Amino acid sequence: MDNILTLELIYVKASAMLMEEHKTEREAAAMSRETLTKMRQVFFTFLKIGAFTFGGGYAMIPLIQRETVERHGWISDGDILEIVAIAESTPGPIAINAATFVGYRVCGFWGALAATFGVVLPSFVVITAISYALEAFESLRAVKYAFYGVRAGVLALILRALWSMYRQCPKKAVSLAIMAAAFVLVAVVKVNVLWVIVGCAAVGLTASLLGSGREKN
Amino acid sequence: MIELTLFWTFFKIGLFTFGGGYAMLPLIQSEVAAHGWMRGAELVNFVAVSESTPGPFAVNISTYIGTRLAGIPGALCATFGVVLPSFLIILLVAKGFERFRSSRVVSGCMSGLTPGVVGLIGAALVSVGQTVFFPDGMRAGVLAGLPFWISLAIFAGMAVLSFKKVHPILIICISAALGLIAGYTLSLPV
Repeated sequence: MDNILTLELIYVKASAMLMEEHKTEREAAAMSRETLTKMRQVFFTFLKIGAFTFGGGYAMIPLIQRETVERHGWISDGDILEIVAIAESTPGPIAINAATFVGYRVCGFWGALAATFGVVLPSFVVITAISYALEAFESLRAVKYAFYGVRAGVLALILRALWSMYRQCPKKAVSLAIMAAAFVLVAVVKVNVLWVIVGCAAVGLTASLLGSGREKN
Repeated sequence: MIELTLFWTFFKIGLFTFGGGYAMLPLIQSEVAAHGWMRGAELVNFVAVSESTPGPFAVNISTYIGTRLAGIPGALCATFGVVLPSFLIILLVAKGFERFRSSRVVSGCMSGLTPGVVGLIGAALVSVGQTVFFPDGMRAGVLAGLPFWISLAIFAGMAVLSFKKVHPILIICISAALGLIAGYTLSLPV
């Protein structure tokens, strides 16, 4: 019942939005120049964000905040919190989620496109160049030795990331069981990771629905 | 045809990854292994390259694998694939975010995904550990070899540094230097 109501709400809201978009179509011609300017600004801002964030992910949030809230005033501090919440509950890299969201807020679909293109471009160019360079140098003895050391360092970085994610995770019995099951299924039984992810979501959903059902009774 | 495979594989990776950073690693690892695109060691090497270059890991790794397999067109297909799911989903969600966030279905799924990703990263740690310590598989005599003990020593040292919040790029530089020093002074086999 609840679901049908929600769907209906979504439908009503969507049709209202469509009507509104229709109305603004006539004003579109006059606005297109402004849109282009905004697209350019959004593009260059996210180009900068993409070029100066190392490691990606949450490392990007402070720079996004400085550029889009303090410098351009496109969004508010509250929106930044919202972006973090969105990035956590939707799939995909945080950088892409954030760029699409801010771009959309500034000037709709085209803003989202400009922002996402901007944030991806620096990585794309740098990594394409690096992969050709690596191909040329990877057979050198020195490069092999360096990577031999680096691999042990990367293992330490992953251990550190695992520890901080474990600490942030709730320690309820269900969560710990899901955690252990996901580990065993992938590391020991070698089940396809995709199925394990789907399974985790399904178990979490079932557990929380059962839990809230019990509370009501 | 490889371009289409690249696009589809990275589309799946983009669609099924929750959380930032290393949360993506287990899925990428399994897809790369399933297609036989790269040796385990090469993928671990690239994690280090990605940490020391700008941009998100997902975009970096898709561009890298795409370039390696099919040049610039391959890189374009893989990167487009990994970006597309986020882009579309955010466009859908941006209008009704409050409803999305307060939805019991979404929060229920997330309550399973958050601990699930921790378990997956644990599995990735084990498999990267195998690549680091036993690159040629488990066989008799590995534990007697110098490469094993030096890897273990570098790992232990870097683990201490990373728990002391030393910057990842600095850790990568130090471990590269240690690898070079150990490699040349003991003339390790490569």
